[in-house]
Amino acid sequence: MCSTCGCSETESHHHGDSERLINIEADLLAKNNSYATENRAYFKQHHIFTLNFVSSPGAGKTSLLVETIKQLKNQLSIAVIEGDQQTEHDAERIRATGIPALQINTGKGCHLDAHGIGHAIKELQPKDNSLLAIENVGNLVCPASFDLGEAHKVVVLSVTEGDDKPLKYPDMFYAADLMIINKIDLLPYVDFDLERCINYAKQVNPAIMIIQLSVTTGDNLIEWTNWLTRVR
Amino acid sequence: MHELSLLENVREILQDHAGSQNFTQVKKITLEIGELSCVEPEALRFAFDVVMKDSLAAQAKLILTKQKGLGICQRCQQSTPLKNLYDSCIFCEHPFITVIQGHEMKIKDLIVI
Repeated sequence: MCSTCGCSETESHHHGDSERLINIEADLLAKNNSYATENRAYFKQHHIFTLNFVSSPGAGKTSLLVETIKQLKNQLSIAVIEGDQQTEHDAERIRATGIPALQINTGKGCHLDAHGIGHAIKELQPKDNSLLAIENVGNLVCPASFDLGEAHKVVVLSVTEGDDKPLKYPDMFYAADLMIINKIDLLPYVDFDLERCINYAKQVNPAIMIIQLSVTTGDNLIEWTNWLTRVR
Repeated sequence: MHELSLLENVREILQDHAGSQNFTQVKKITLEIGELSCVEPEALRFAFDVVMKDSLAAQAKLILTKQKGLGICQRCQQSTPLKNLYDSCIFCEHPFITVIQGHEMKIKDLIVI
């Protein structure tokens, strides 16, 4: 092994006199994580309960938020940060419920990051003792790695997507504390094995909590709103 | 896709260290990537030259080293290797494993001038 650079090359190779090896041991996510720590401190100071909603596109994150807002807005102050590559559509859907919402367009970016959330908080100014819902870009891959300072990641999986998603995209199900299985009213029409899906999710993340519901019919939505009001 | 963002972070970290550690060029950079991290080494290699263009590391050689995934079986309590987050214990085949190593993504060291 070369004693200067530590590489495994056996043939001798030249290192200029001024070349030197430095160990830096820096985490690739260190910058994002330090912004996330700042956000988390802000949330704690202002008693803001923050959830980071993640899923593939079309699982029903926005519909879940709209319905949750309708049910809880009279007892709880709520604000929403919406992440999408393009358009204001989701923020408009949230604002139609009478709740403040800020849209972040990531452009070509595939996830929200903690730095962008820090700016969004300044602009949105969520109230003290409130619920802040961050709806991430619809993507079961990249958002798993980026801590935004949230209390929990909530992954939404709809039964039209297939029961093996937890194994296909394990990082996201590992990162989430709660999995919401949405659109259970469609179970009779799709080839989705609920038990298998739950087992797969627990195989990736034994501690994951699971709630099954249908936003469209309102079926079991109460378990979700109860969870929200209990843990916040 | 997030490999691009990660490499942009690498570029910034290098910039930050250049001042404090007094270097002007990075000749070689070694990244340690956990087997269970959500990074695709080939995507990192692919994006590296693009992201590092016109930076301190424009001429740098990229070395990727792997950190093995490791977990503790929740049933037999033995330490078991993990190639995937859903792997079962190699000793007792229990599916529930607590991950203890393999998520890391870091810059290990640099050769600089």
